[in-house]
Amino acid sequence: MWDYSETVKEHFFNPRNAGAVADANAIGEVGSLSCGDALRLTLKVDPATDTILEAGFQTFGCGSAIASSSALTEMIKGMSVDEALNVSNQDIADFLEGLPPEKMHCSVMGREALQAAVANYRGEVWKDDHEEGALVCKCFAVDAVMIEDTIRANGLSTVEEVTNYTKAGGGCSACHEPIEEILTKVLAEQGKTFDPTAAPPPPAGKPKLGNLARIRRIENAIEAIRPNLQRDHGDVELVDIDGKNVFVNMTGACSGCQMASTTLEGIQQRIVEDLGEFVRVLPAQAMQTAAASAD
Amino acid sequence: MTQATSGIYLDNNATTMVDPAVVEAMLPYFTEQFGNPSSMHQFGDRVGRALKTARQQVQALLGAELDSEIVFTSCGTESDSTAILSALKAQPERREIITTVVEHPAVLSLCEHLEKEGCTVHYLKVDKKGRIDMQQYLDALSNKVAIVSVMWANNETGTLFPVEEMAELARSAGVMFHTDAVQAVGKVPIDLKRTAIDMLSLSGHKLHAPKGIGVLYLRRGTRFRPLLRGGHQERGRRAGTENSASIVALGKACELALAHMDEEKTQVRKLRDRLEQGILQTVPNCFVTGDPSNRLPNTCNIAFEYIEGEAILLLLNKLGIAASSGSACTSGSLEPSHVMRAMDIPFTAAHGTTRFSLSRYNTVEEIDRVIEAVPPIVAQLRRLSPYWDAAANAPVEEPEAAFQPAYA
Ligand SMILES: Cc1ncc(COP(=O)(O)O)c(C=O)c1O
Repeated sequence: MWDYSETVKEHFFNPRNAGAVADANAIGEVGSLSCGDALRLTLKVDPATDTILEAGFQTFGCGSAIASSSALTEMIKGMSVDEALNVSNQDIADFLEGLPPEKMHCSVMGREALQAAVANYRGEVWKDDHEEGALVCKCFAVDAVMIEDTIRANGLSTVEEVTNYTKAGGGCSACHEPIEEILTKVLAEQGKTFDPTAAPPPPAGKPKLGNLARIRRIENAIEAIRPNLQRDHGDVELVDIDGKNVFVNMTGACSGCQMASTTLEGIQQRIVEDLGEFVRVLPAQAMQTAAASAD
Repeated sequence: MTQATSGIYLDNNATTMVDPAVVEAMLPYFTEQFGNPSSMHQFGDRVGRALKTARQQVQALLGAELDSEIVFTSCGTESDSTAILSALKAQPERREIITTVVEHPAVLSLCEHLEKEGCTVHYLKVDKKGRIDMQQYLDALSNKVAIVSVMWANNETGTLFPVEEMAELARSAGVMFHTDAVQAVGKVPIDLKRTAIDMLSLSGHKLHAPKGIGVLYLRRGTRFRPLLRGGHQERGRRAGTENSASIVALGKACELALAHMDEEKTQVRKLRDRLEQGILQTVPNCFVTGDPSNRLPNTCNIAFEYIEGEAILLLLNKLGIAASSGSACTSGSLEPSHVMRAMDIPFTAAHGTTRFSLSRYNTVEEIDRVIEAVPPIVAQLRRLSPYWDAAANAPVEEPEAAFQPAYA
């Protein structure tokens, strides 16, 4: 059973503005019959002021499609046509106090109907450029078509990259198998094979830093963090850099502080972000051990 | 969603109420009868005896020749997977499977996965009433086929498939035959010893036993490879300490199902027909899907044209009536039920399909309340539908032409 908000239920059980507006001068018809939703939006717009005087909907669709239609008509009544065009899918979902991820397409349909109706009012032809695929990532409501298009457009080849570009797979990670399947399919079209163990290629356009530049970046990152630590009467200094290991000394309140390891993580994150590569930040005491275990 | 505490439950193909006698039978196996049936002491022995009784109760309902042909599993899905994967593992030279387009995902998803691993799957098509194309079946049978898996009854429409005849054909072609009988067991009489069926799946929660218990019937002599290896439980065919409370429950439920079998084709069928006639007579533009002359006695699936199933369910639920739908929206997928699409039901009707599935616990009063509730709900949703002419109370003329939205 869907977890519908009270507002969704309210608008479904008591839809506002149901039916067609009698003398409408803006009509938008959109939908995807295969997915079970279709919507006709009828508006009466005052040609002198471009204000939407009346709005009505007819919807073939599920509970949230009906609720989204009802919400949309409530929201845009009294708006100018231009204001109405600024209503986003998220605005519709927010008005309804949220929609389940599987149901976000219902709010998309409302917005598209509005665009179609405005185009009709202005004597233009509205072209839908949005294709919808099966929902893959439920955490962030990302569908298969969106993932495929993003892989093609950006030449992606790993699940990690797909997550970085689309957010898909960044939540519970249960959809990594379907993402791998999509990668396999798209890469096969390009004559490549999907390699699940491949490391993501280095970010394009970021040439590898020279040694000196790299050290400066690390120094700068640490400098940027110091004021924060000093506020808590601590400090940090760079001791050495050995490949991927960055050794630092925690001083003042930071040395022996319970939070030292958390602080190290924070410093590490900062350096990784600034540097665009992975490094490990270690306390200087670890230099011996690191050297001993190096192969 | 506000849950009706005492509602009208017409969703028995999804799951059933556990019979109070079944609950009573299983309860001691959570408390004093906690032993491990494999153990060499009285605690284990008492449970072991109870499992033996349960196995015989299942055997009786299925008409199996031997009680050793009953293998307890964790659910219908596990039984389906075990059967199909076993056939492939036991006959590595055979890489083809025959099944139908209208199977439950327990079989379909597995087959789609096996295709990725290099198997060839023949999906038998169905006609507008959901009946299998037997010529296609005969053409697909060959010595390359590892297993035929065809459901006994379809969960959405209740349509029955000629599995006994199909099993004979498979046997004469030297091919193993499995049937997913999850929806059929307990609703129609079954006598496996007189058939050529090699394997059969059933699931406890569809016949008034708890969820999470199933059976794979495995005809003696059928070549088999277990899904789970480990201990010697179930004669090594399904390792893992037995779910004794649920096995006892399933045994009891099978005994009750056998005792009530006649009621299914008399009382339950009568109620189902009353519901169906009541709705068809009062609601315009609706029709029964599947094969009405050859289906489970408890199932009725009606397509209400020009409205959507989830909306119907939400309004029914408000009145405390539980049913289910083949619409895309109820499953969160973008497509209406694969069963409705396979029968070539138009989208405008497929999305409005509503399944009412009864059990021996339903009463005539309940059915009459549903007959009263449905027409206003359908009318209410049609008033919102762009395909419906509210003034004429009929579909707009040539609905699919009159309303042609820009498709996404
Ligand atoms: C035909 C069919 N097969 C298999 C299953 C799966 O059974 P279980 O839920 O016990 O895994 C079901 C239940 O939904 C079913 O209807």
